[in-house]
Amino acid sequence: MEMQKKSFFMVPYLAWIALFVVAPMALILYQSLFDITGHFTFSNYTSYLESTTYLKMTFNSIWYAFLITFFTLLISYPTAYLLNRLKNKRLWLLLIILPTWINLLLKTYAFIGLFSQNGSVNDFLRFVGAGSHQILFTDFSFIFVASYIEIPFMILPIFNSLDEINPSLINASRDLGASAWQTFKRVIVPLTMPGVKSGFQAVFIPSLSLFMITRLIGGNRVITLGTAIEEHFLVTQNWGMGSTIGVILIIAMFVVMFLTRERKSKGGQSR
Amino acid sequence: MANPIIEFKNISKKYDDTPVLKKIDFEIESGKFYTLLGPSGSGKTTILRMIAGFEDPTSGEILFEGKRIDLTPANKRPINTIFQDYALFPHLNVSQNIAFGLELKKMSKTDIQAKVAESLRMVQLSGYENREIDALSGGQKQRIAIARAIANEPKVLLLDEPLSALDHKLRKEMQVELRALQQRLGITFIFVTHDQEEALALSDQIFVMNDGRILQSGTPVDIYDEPINHFVADFIGESNIVPGTMTADYLVHFDHKDFECVDAGMRPNEPVEIVIRPEDLDITSADKGKMQVTVDSQLFRGVDYQITGHDADDHEWTINSIHQTTVGAQVGLVFDPEDIHIMRFGEDEETFDARLDSYEE
Repeated sequence: MEMQKKSFFMVPYLAWIALFVVAPMALILYQSLFDITGHFTFSNYTSYLESTTYLKMTFNSIWYAFLITFFTLLISYPTAYLLNRLKNKRLWLLLIILPTWINLLLKTYAFIGLFSQNGSVNDFLRFVGAGSHQILFTDFSFIFVASYIEIPFMILPIFNSLDEINPSLINASRDLGASAWQTFKRVIVPLTMPGVKSGFQAVFIPSLSLFMITRLIGGNRVITLGTAIEEHFLVTQNWGMGSTIGVILIIAMFVVMFLTRERKSKGGQSR
Repeated sequence: MANPIIEFKNISKKYDDTPVLKKIDFEIESGKFYTLLGPSGSGKTTILRMIAGFEDPTSGEILFEGKRIDLTPANKRPINTIFQDYALFPHLNVSQNIAFGLELKKMSKTDIQAKVAESLRMVQLSGYENREIDALSGGQKQRIAIARAIANEPKVLLLDEPLSALDHKLRKEMQVELRALQQRLGITFIFVTHDQEEALALSDQIFVMNDGRILQSGTPVDIYDEPINHFVADFIGESNIVPGTMTADYLVHFDHKDFECVDAGMRPNEPVEIVIRPEDLDITSADKGKMQVTVDSQLFRGVDYQITGHDADDHEWTINSIHQTTVGAQVGLVFDPEDIHIMRFGEDEETFDARLDSYEE
């Protein structure tokens, strides 16, 4: 009886998983095994692995995702740390989370306005006598906008892990002779690692498949796996190749999840 | 008093505008077990945090071995703390926790290993080096916290209600161990608690605190036998407190009679309060008693009966007796003159001590 009840409540969850997780992944895998003429083949995979263009694109994706995550972390950690020491920290956090409620596309268009030849940034540069610059369609603008969009997703988990630290641990560290910096290094950083890892997952994985920002802000100069998938499905209509890249992307995501998983080793961590 | 290790001079502390410590003065001698005893909000933990260096006094000076220490940051003080929630680092295992302070002192690896093993032996947890903190029980965490603190060989060890999270039996065991540890190491212990029984059992010296002031300091026996005022008498142990007047030296009037007592030095006919501990009262037949009470209730507590009754003036009396009596009966109470302790209203510790000295030689 008890078991039956439990399995009944599992139905919506299982239906969701089957329809929206398992089925799409199976379809992608299935699609990737057919070439453009509809014949079963492994050629998509072999051409992916043999083509320097695709491999370079993969490397590009990982490299840019890494840069975006790196800059996001660089800004988010100190921000989360400072936020946590403020009096009305929940309110300040909310203000940082607020922009995530605005549609991604709108924010991206806003940056086109800001960064274009006649945009506010160039206006300002001309005003201070620095002359106008090509800002849009550069690596800089791509990484800048992508980081801007991802920052709240990094701040939130780090903030939460900082918030969870028992203040008496900080006192204990000071009590045992650690300076403020040593306390930060030996107590605060290790205890916030779970937050950093979740932040890394929340930022790195979506950054791997960014395509809209690469188009609108990067001006197609930055080509990532996300862009390539869109291209294959909408332009060249080579669904097989698009799915193959999709499979590669899914594998990459699993690899990242595996590398940043929570580890609890017996006998404590080595430092 | 020979060279105190810690001195508080005129220390006050305010949070915003709320005073939590009001002009505190005291001295702590090296190598003894001190207890700060008081209800929550009395300021005892604030004193401890000031000694540790987590709080600054609003005014006044703290001296350590004769030198000012209140401006020294916590990490530079030769003092360690055992926290109420133990504050063990969850990301480190037992030996890494104990080694935390030693590594900061740049001690060599072999020395650290030896010290960790020695500290664990002191708290009877040898062989626990590689355990995770999560895998320890409450009592074990407590011991590891102690081991971590004593590994640093502090001159003073501060203990912030360290036993309050343990169950009754474990708490009793740890009390015995803490006392033994203090005597073996010879380190000055400053222990904070609101548990008067714990304070009496452990301490060489007790400071009884209330409302930001130290009301009385002394050995457990002094404080128990000669409480300075109503608050201390009531807070430390059970007591019967009734109003009376001092007829003359060594003669006190209450319950419409004069009783012989051992206190003196008051004004004639000064209103006072009389304290008699429940265990000092014995029950006898009504006509043989020095005074008579009517029994209202009787509780069996294992070791004895707790009997409550009231006298002719409706003052309540509690008696701890190993003999049973009957509820509703009138019984007599007997006690000796030295069982009566007299408290004056509003007497401070200095005049109290001076008055006691004047006739106790």
